[in-house]
Amino acid sequence: MRPKLELLDRDLLARILDEAFEILEVIGTKVGAPEALDLLASAGARIEGGVARLPEALVRRTLQSVPHEFFLYDRTGQPTVHYGGDDVHFDPGSSCLNILDGETGQPRPAMTADLVRMVQVTEMLPQYAAQATALVCNDVPSEMGDWYRLLLVLWYSDKPIVTGAFSVPTLRTMFDLLAADSGGMAVLQEKPRAIFDVCPSPPLNWSAFASQNMIELARAGVPAEIVSMPLAGATAPVTLAGAVVQHAAECLAGICIHQLAKAGAPVVWGGAPAIFDMSTGNTPMGAIETAMLDMGCAQVGKSLGLPTHGYLVASDARQIDAQAGLESGSSALLGALAGINMISGAGMLDFLACHSIEKLVIDADAIAGAQRLIGGIEPRSEKLALDMFTQTGIHGDFLKLKETRALFRKEQHFPSAVIDRSGDSNVSGILTRARQRADELVAGYQRPAISPEVETALVTVALRQAKASGLDSLPGIELPAVVSR
Amino acid sequence: MLGDFAAMRQSIFDGAPESAASLAKQALVAGVPPLEAIDQGFAPGMADVGEQYAQHNMFLPDMLASAEAMKAAMSVLEPELKRHGEQRATAGTVVLGTTKGDIHEIGKTLVGTLLTANGFKVHDLGVDVASEEFAAKARELKADIVGVSALLTTTMRGQKAVVEALERAGLRSSVKVIVGGAPVTRRWAEEIGADGYAKDAVSAVTLVKDLLEHRFALDSR
Ligand code: B12
Repeated sequence: MRPKLELLDRDLLARILDEAFEILEVIGTKVGAPEALDLLASAGARIEGGVARLPEALVRRTLQSVPHEFFLYDRTGQPTVHYGGDDVHFDPGSSCLNILDGETGQPRPAMTADLVRMVQVTEMLPQYAAQATALVCNDVPSEMGDWYRLLLVLWYSDKPIVTGAFSVPTLRTMFDLLAADSGGMAVLQEKPRAIFDVCPSPPLNWSAFASQNMIELARAGVPAEIVSMPLAGATAPVTLAGAVVQHAAECLAGICIHQLAKAGAPVVWGGAPAIFDMSTGNTPMGAIETAMLDMGCAQVGKSLGLPTHGYLVASDARQIDAQAGLESGSSALLGALAGINMISGAGMLDFLACHSIEKLVIDADAIAGAQRLIGGIEPRSEKLALDMFTQTGIHGDFLKLKETRALFRKEQHFPSAVIDRSGDSNVSGILTRARQRADELVAGYQRPAISPEVETALVTVALRQAKASGLDSLPGIELPAVVSR
Repeated sequence: MLGDFAAMRQSIFDGAPESAASLAKQALVAGVPPLEAIDQGFAPGMADVGEQYAQHNMFLPDMLASAEAMKAAMSVLEPELKRHGEQRATAGTVVLGTTKGDIHEIGKTLVGTLLTANGFKVHDLGVDVASEEFAAKARELKADIVGVSALLTTTMRGQKAVVEALERAGLRSSVKVIVGGAPVTRRWAEEIGADGYAKDAVSAVTLVKDLLEHRFALDSR
């Protein structure tokens, strides 16, 4: 049996959806992009002062065309991430400004070299099914911040990518990069390598950028991941149930715009909900209620048959300490038990304001534990224990049994050296162990084989954009000889 | 005793705008000078709330309710103050907003709320605000402080643009510019020629007070 945890009973689930539809019909949603307003108006929505009121029938109709599953593909064209059902994948947290310096243990602005190292470490850890455009590099002009992350990930990784744009023009640059990587827009559409996060603004506001973003993604055939983030008590109702209703309404509205732009385009019911800390005004990502919100929101999406996403495995600690461990570890378990298709957030600290390669390495072991958990307890043999006892007798020595040797690898997960089971009193602290492990992973890393044509195509797009920002080199990338500056 | 100062103080502490307003009216009817009602009645209630908030006994929703109660009392007392020709030592006027292209509003709004609760007049321009709008509003309101929030690395430059817009408008010498938001640092503030940086809403209040030096009557209990 695959263990699963649901927080909403049938009645509450139905009430949540009913209210979400009612909110969209009665209160409506703000929509910023004129094109999105036009799409909604011609489909029968009532538009008034930038607010669209969406009839339930319209929203239900657009829901019909959403694919219930799709894949992200790696560079070699293998479908390695399955959005759909109860499959669970993890990827690092996204677009962070700061990194916890591995040497000093202090946060500092992230640079291209940090992102390259993080991509290499992520590439080597099987727990991460996808890369994230995890850091915004402070050593490139800020207007190229979003697409430059994607370039570096494409350059150093084979895995699928969870990314996102900061503006519509740069979104187009990111399409160009992905098309260059895939060998054309048609291949990208057929076998998408990346998915784009898009955030509505809570409450109930599909800003001009966000709504236009959804339209562009739908038309380009590149998967969109709605990252609705009600902050319960500040930008959403304080009750967890109320915040889940708002999340549902925001997702439904986003799906409506998206599917009207292009029916059948892939879209994910996702989010980064959180509670609002009434003492500090912070948005704790490691709070148990935050995990409960993610679970509740995902359950609603699943009830509609949609692929899901959540934001967990992040901690609010500012250092890699016991708080970071307990918050990240417990939310990894809960996310996995909820069957969320893509769980973003590993590696992150300080309310998503700081990333850490060492934490990413530690979190990988928490994730491995969560993945083991959802593997469940299996019978493995016809008699569960009796046959083994028959062989060994009452004073049995199980270590010698052939069953032991045949099955222990299936039954036990072997954590990396980050998890100390040595029993050695002189063992180094977890931060040192994580740093060593990161060094080993980087030492074992090999850059993927990327064809010269693809490299040239990527660099051509990138240099064109970089030059517009006054840069004639690409930090973190050794330019192939064929490319003339 | 003419006014029930303890009840006034309590009404703020409880975050009860109706009773704050009616106590203010009663005080006026009873002939209590409005300034005395503020200084001895309502303002100490706000100070109590601040203290309890700092000690984690009261929380942001409590603080907001108290700020509302304070507003209710002031709206009764302020016209009387003016009629008496009495001048409240002005705490200062703050124009607040989030930079162009940036729609993060929670932090900025929180800063505004705490400034309001501490007696400042806050004009919140909202989010995605052009630098010229900051300058125009600052001119219109003769603002003492312009506060600019930015949560994205890409929109931080908008803070510099506000400094420049104020310069172009010839207002730079009369207005202090303060900046904040997650990616913003003290160093950045210095680099763009802002007058101050605060890491959170509580320190933003201290910062504004320091910058303006003179203290508000409400706070001079
Ligand atoms: C909530 C949130 C959102 C919400 C905002 C909701 C709203 N109505 O405001 C939504 C979902 C809309 C959103 C959207 C986006 N977001 Co956002 N968001 C956040 C998040 C999680 C929390 C921000 C927050 O409200 N914090 C709580 C408040 C209380 O704290 P605060 O804002 O820092 O404010 C305090 C202080 O900074 C200070 N302060 C703030 N302003 C001022 C001003 C002055 C004058 C002073 C003195 C002090 C001061 O006092 C405040 C109170 O204590 C941050 C992560 C983070 N930790 O900052 C990301 C974050 C800022 N977002 C980020 C991103 C990338 C985005 C998007 C681009 C995502 C996308 N791809 O669509 C969009 C941007 C849209 C746009 N054009 O603006 C990134 C920024 C990365 C970067 N390199 O710039 C962050 C850091 C998260 C991350 N790691 O990915 N986001």
